Amino acid sequence: MGDTIASLLIGEKGIIQDFCLDAIPLNLLEMGCLPGKEVRLLQIAPLKDPLYIKVNGSHLAIRIETAKQINITKLR
Amino acid sequence: MKSNSLLNIALVGNPNTGKTSLFNQLTGLNQKVGNYPGITVDKKQGKCKISEHLTAEITDLPGTYSINPTTLDETIVLETLLNEKNNSFPDLVIVVAEVENLKRNLFLFSQIKDLQFPSILVINMSDQMIRKGITIDIDALKKELKSEIILISARKNLGIDALKREIENYENWNTEPIANISDKIDSVFFETIKTAFPEFSLYKSWLLITQQKNCSFLSSELHQKIAAFNPDSEKIKKYQHKETIYRYQIINEILKKTYSVDKNEATDLRSRLDKILTHKIYGYIIFFGILMLIFQSIFEWASLPMDLIDSLFANLSELAKTNLPKGTFTNLIAEGVIPGIGGIVIFIPQIAILFLFIATLEETGYMSRVVFLMDKIMRKFGMSGKSIIPLISGTACAIPAIMASRNISDWKERLITILVIPFTTCSARLPVYAILIALIIPDERIFGIFNLQGLTLMGLYLLGFAAAISSAILLHNVLKIKTQSLFVIEMPNYKLPSFKNVFYEVVEKTKAFIFGAGKIILALSIILWFLASNGSEKFKNAAEYVTTQESANYLNDDVLNKKIASYKLEHSYIGVMGKVIEPVIKPMGYDWKIGIALISSFAAREVFIGALATIYNVGSDGEDVGTIKERMAAEVDPVTGEKRFNFATGMSLLLFYAFAMQCIGTLAIVKRETKSWKWPILQLTGMGALAYIVSVITYTILS
Repeated sequence: MGDTIASLLIGEKGIIQDFCLDAIPLNLLEMGCLPGKEVRLLQIAPLKDPLYIKVNGSHLAIRIETAKQINITKLR
Repeated sequence: MKSNSLLNIALVGNPNTGKTSLFNQLTGLNQKVGNYPGITVDKKQGKCKISEHLTAEITDLPGTYSINPTTLDETIVLETLLNEKNNSFPDLVIVVAEVENLKRNLFLFSQIKDLQFPSILVINMSDQMIRKGITIDIDALKKELKSEIILISARKNLGIDALKREIENYENWNTEPIANISDKIDSVFFETIKTAFPEFSLYKSWLLITQQKNCSFLSSELHQKIAAFNPDSEKIKKYQHKETIYRYQIINEILKKTYSVDKNEATDLRSRLDKILTHKIYGYIIFFGILMLIFQSIFEWASLPMDLIDSLFANLSELAKTNLPKGTFTNLIAEGVIPGIGGIVIFIPQIAILFLFIATLEETGYMSRVVFLMDKIMRKFGMSGKSIIPLISGTACAIPAIMASRNISDWKERLITILVIPFTTCSARLPVYAILIALIIPDERIFGIFNLQGLTLMGLYLLGFAAAISSAILLHNVLKIKTQSLFVIEMPNYKLPSFKNVFYEVVEKTKAFIFGAGKIILALSIILWFLASNGSEKFKNAAEYVTTQESANYLNDDVLNKKIASYKLEHSYIGVMGKVIEPVIKPMGYDWKIGIALISSFAAREVFIGALATIYNVGSDGEDVGTIKERMAAEVDPVTGEKRFNFATGMSLLLFYAFAMQCIGTLAIVKRETKSWKWPILQLTGMGALAYIVSVITYTILS
């Protein structure tokens, strides 16, 4: 437990559980990053930040501090 | 039907949906770029003939994912759609979507629909549905969304006529909202809103309440009424969250019934390209390779047309002088207006080439990968990955570059980007560099390959970037602004750039430069000419003074005329100004003539060369017109007899231009973008002091 998007390895998937609303920008939600949606880590930028994810059909890049705020359960 | 007046159409959509392609298809070259009142965001508008008796004015709004703005650009969308008093308030809205990201596109569409505009959904790139294995049941989707839908392919010009035919019928479109936010979130709360604002749609009232700070257009009366509805920010956030989830629920339900993707058909070109382009080694190699290519092309490709333009305007001046009747008017044309216009035209090749590259890279989707690659590095300097595009654009002109910083949502990162952009070597510095380098650096090769002049130029570029980065680090540590990161970028699919879109972008940016910065340059050239060809009593009676002062009888006519001409310049208004500042600039190695050029180039750097040309032109007896470079090389120090532009003075000038903030246009735009005089004044004084100190040290060491 305690997994977040930041703890995914490249290629791994998870289901978004919840996040603290204050820490997550509204535009990220509006682009489809919502609880219950599948998220997959596609790439990590060379200096370990930002993360390139696919969530709810959208391809997005988010910073690691945002990724750490989004709790997930890993899919195996 | 509105038959006499224009139909106002707003074009709304996510970035990367081909919205601009559709705009270009509908309006062709019939476009103009204006400003939104009070703000400097470009407003792209164009006329389009919908039918025999119906013409529309189409406004291409900035791309956005939601009506709730996170950047300045997106605030425009909110304002245009909510403020019914703005000139572009739409009669109908076209929402552009794209087959692959339909779900996310429909999110925005549902918001527009809830504002109860007559709105139509245009699904672009429909020609790629088969290749991507996508099927959409359009009839069912129309029914679910209670809206008209048109499939188009903007690039292939398919479906555009069908869209126009549908628009003719816009008054019969269904304007019912899609999402019933009231019931799903808090019906009691929303009922009170409904009763308070019966004149608005419920969603509009909700937006006015939640986006108060972005609604500067409200009348004070309405503002008070809205402020009365001030739920705490916690509650707003919670409700916005609920609203977002609810909208996606509806959309998912609808798409389940109408949309399907056959995964087997989907290609993995994206992931293969991503692996290479964002690779920790190849990614950077490719990026820096592209940067080198851009800079190389700016010099290589632009140098020929620039030389042609330079000599063309020199010839034109001469032609005007010899063919027009002698007099003040001819002088104004030949010495003020023609060189002034030449000073603008000479920048077109470089600006066009730079924007050709930037527009192409943006079209392909590569720019988002650059943002991804560079974000962490740029953050060490207090900026964002998104600062890269403004910084690169800054090598053409700081004005569009500062405007391009608008999509950085974090205020501190954006402010630092704006403050350091003027250090990057803009094309206005280039003619100054080019001429000075040609004068003081020998045209030789070292190790047989590297051209010494080219290396110097590259050194100056690197110096500019180094200055930008170091001052960014300084600002990062000094500025105490606490912000929350809102950084989210979409990584769009790769696509081939559309020639048409790139072409329009280049034309638009070049036009913006000519009519924006160009006006200042031309006006200053004329003022300068006036100041140089008028003066006090000594100026008017120059011939008398010279002949009585000098033992004129021993001089031949030629030398005498030159003496008179330079005496005149010395006592012209501008000559007096130059003399006044001479003590200040002497430690940098400049005389009063360079001082004049320096004063005038505080308005815009490129004026430096034009100013020197005007000064040496007015100062000559009018026969040896030659190119600017020839005239500068011929200038000697009257005391020592040495060349005026020797190595020490030249280097000192080069470095002064590398660091000093000399551009009224940039200062004005920084004032408008930061809404404060504090930041442009900081730039002017900080950069000026740095430039002065560096130049004095350089001159002292080298001379």
